[in-house]
Amino acid sequence: MKAQENTVSKHNFEECMKCTVCTVYCPVLQVNPLYPGPKQAGPDGERLRLKDPFFFNYALKYCMNCKRCEVACPSGVNVADLIQSARIKYDRSAPKLRDRILASTDLMGTLARPFAPIVNGVTRLGITRTVLDATLQIDAHRTFPKYSSSSFESWLRKRQKEQAVYPEQVAYFHGCYVNYNYPQLGKDLVKVLNALGVGVQLLDQEKCCGIALITNGMTRQALRHATHNTAQLRKAALERGLRIVSTSSSCTMTLREEYPNLLGVDNADVRDFLTMATRFIYEKLEKGATLRFRPDYHKRVAYHTPCHLERLGWGIFSERLLRMIPGVEFTLLDSACCGIAGTYGFKKENYAASQAIGQALFDQIRSVNPEVVACDCETCKWQIEMSAGYPVMNPISILAEAIE
Amino acid sequence: MRFDTVIIGGGLAGLTAGICLQKAGQDCAIVSTGQNALHFFSGSFESLEEAPARLAGIFEEAGIRLHYQPGVRLMPMGTFRPAALSLEDVDILPDPAFSRKALIVSIAGYQDFFAAFLAEGLEKQGTQCRIHFLQLPEMAQLMMSPSEMRSVQIARTMDRMWEKVVGEIKVLLQDEDTVILPQVFGLQDTTVPGRIRQAVPARVIFAGTLPPSVPGIRTQQQLKRRYEVLGGTYLAGDEVIQAHVHDGVVHSVATRNLDSHYLEARHFILATGGYFSKGLRSNPFRIYEPVFGLDVDASEDRNAWYDAAFAADQPYLKFGVRTDPGLRALRDGVAFENLYAVGSLLGATRPELGSGAGLAIRSAFQATDQILRRSAPQEDGRPAGQSGESNPSES
Repeated sequence: MKAQENTVSKHNFEECMKCTVCTVYCPVLQVNPLYPGPKQAGPDGERLRLKDPFFFNYALKYCMNCKRCEVACPSGVNVADLIQSARIKYDRSAPKLRDRILASTDLMGTLARPFAPIVNGVTRLGITRTVLDATLQIDAHRTFPKYSSSSFESWLRKRQKEQAVYPEQVAYFHGCYVNYNYPQLGKDLVKVLNALGVGVQLLDQEKCCGIALITNGMTRQALRHATHNTAQLRKAALERGLRIVSTSSSCTMTLREEYPNLLGVDNADVRDFLTMATRFIYEKLEKGATLRFRPDYHKRVAYHTPCHLERLGWGIFSERLLRMIPGVEFTLLDSACCGIAGTYGFKKENYAASQAIGQALFDQIRSVNPEVVACDCETCKWQIEMSAGYPVMNPISILAEAIE
Repeated sequence: MRFDTVIIGGGLAGLTAGICLQKAGQDCAIVSTGQNALHFFSGSFESLEEAPARLAGIFEEAGIRLHYQPGVRLMPMGTFRPAALSLEDVDILPDPAFSRKALIVSIAGYQDFFAAFLAEGLEKQGTQCRIHFLQLPEMAQLMMSPSEMRSVQIARTMDRMWEKVVGEIKVLLQDEDTVILPQVFGLQDTTVPGRIRQAVPARVIFAGTLPPSVPGIRTQQQLKRRYEVLGGTYLAGDEVIQAHVHDGVVHSVATRNLDSHYLEARHFILATGGYFSKGLRSNPFRIYEPVFGLDVDASEDRNAWYDAAFAADQPYLKFGVRTDPGLRALRDGVAFENLYAVGSLLGATRPELGSGAGLAIRSAFQATDQILRRSAPQEDGRPAGQSGESNPSES
């Protein structure tokens, strides 16, 4: 009898009571008939797979891992984790060259940076995109993120001394996007944290969080990144006594949740040291710290909660910070997926679905017609800028712009 | 983070309470552990016999239209049940023998709508029935995953192609006075059911399907949007894991996602639902309320929880948490100062509040009225909540 009370199945899958609520909230199921849906791909399929791996279905690759099924599940089943774990366990197909290129954000960034102007020019050309479409099946409609000619790491390394003078210190997990594509976001974070009396340090050596490696079936590489980064977090948190902040919701979700739940890397001792910068800043302000806002600042902002931030449950911190800025006219957009899901929306076979999924969000943004969309995810930013045609800023950048 | 009221549970009771309090100028947070019983909602508020203008007003502002007409409602298996206040697209009939001849239209491949049972039930009332399954090429895509031929997926397609369905019905219709369709219309576009009724030259009835309920999901989304437009905070997919109580007063709660960041408030509403939503839990030894450990009026004897006859009235369905007359929750026989229990969590401990949707609404009103009455009076001397938009019309 006691055993009955304490049995917990992996990813809670035995809690599923077949209520079908997850299927209502799956963005992929609405647009792609090839996808069996979260209930079938998750707990229902798991029962069969446990009997015989023969029942593994390759259509599970259509899952975007947006985690909306998990947010919707009334029974606490980690549906998306079940699906991704099944892919890790049973999918024996080798990742395509295209998927390996898309997933290697670290490597691509390092290679592209010295030639940034050339790379940016070339990827903008119609002919390049046509060629990539034909050879690698990266959809020609997709615009590519630009590369920056100098990395954020080198920028901050030059300022180590001036950062060290602040009475309080944090470490920053900047992620590939800030390092290679958009260092300005990192600089904005430094500006805001400095204004709060907090200096910013780098981790000794940071690797890509590996989210794209996981979703593209490169599990061994993902595991290497997870082990490395967890050791880095441990060093910063336990040896240097620092909290670690991030400006990317997907990096944060991966480091905190995917490492233990999908890759089996135990991070229990350091997990809570890592937080979103928005949460860190909100909590400082709540404890009495103040920011001096420009009296002339004015902006109409519509906030989009990225799926992974919704799964973390931390959208509220970004929302409250933005609402707190005098001069911000705030609109909360309906909870909806933008459709890009990292590298998913770059792939030719997913492009149409990716646009169809985001349609409701794009339509709502157009009807609200803000000056800027705020969002904590870099790939949502690419999708919304490309498909809705509105500029997207991280809430941290809006804060940086609004303070004196 | 500090709020006026923290509501634990984001279903019909929690959202109704949240909307009432936001309208009265409060700042609320709803903590919702996954989706809720609105996904199984019939669309009818049983046991709200009198037309409550207050409910209609709140729903109207959320874009949900209700109608009131005491009568009966056609159930998914062809039986009838008394009903009065309902969503606009749920028909209330004067009596079960409402039709001479009916055409039941379903969709080929759709297994969650029981046309044959409906026909059998109606024929007992003297209604002659004909069943037709529409063969729609647009459904071919959905048929690729037969397990996903469900109400919501079909409804998404129907939002785009309902006019074609109307065209087919017009061709099919002979001398029937009634057309019965599954409730798979108007998921996003709420005007569709009304437009179908106008276009078909017979009475159109939308009959319930197996879950998920299309009108229920639409209602959930409209109420949540309304609550957020009023400035309410909705923490989706989170769960209260600990309550901090001192001297019978709840000070704050901790959630799984926000861990050390507590949600503080002056008032707390517990709207966590019944067994399905885990507002009530059971193990082989006891039935309990997991968040606060409230008193549950369940029998100590496990054998008295259920009746071995499956279809009998099951005693466990009547169990609920105990409250004082003002719905303040009891623990060890003592009422919490600022914790109210509402919705299915109450089971049948308060029969005068009705059951299901009616219980959710009435108890939410009662708790929010208490909270607003107990809030500090405003400058003009009236209690908070009696001002502004708020319009308590309890007769």
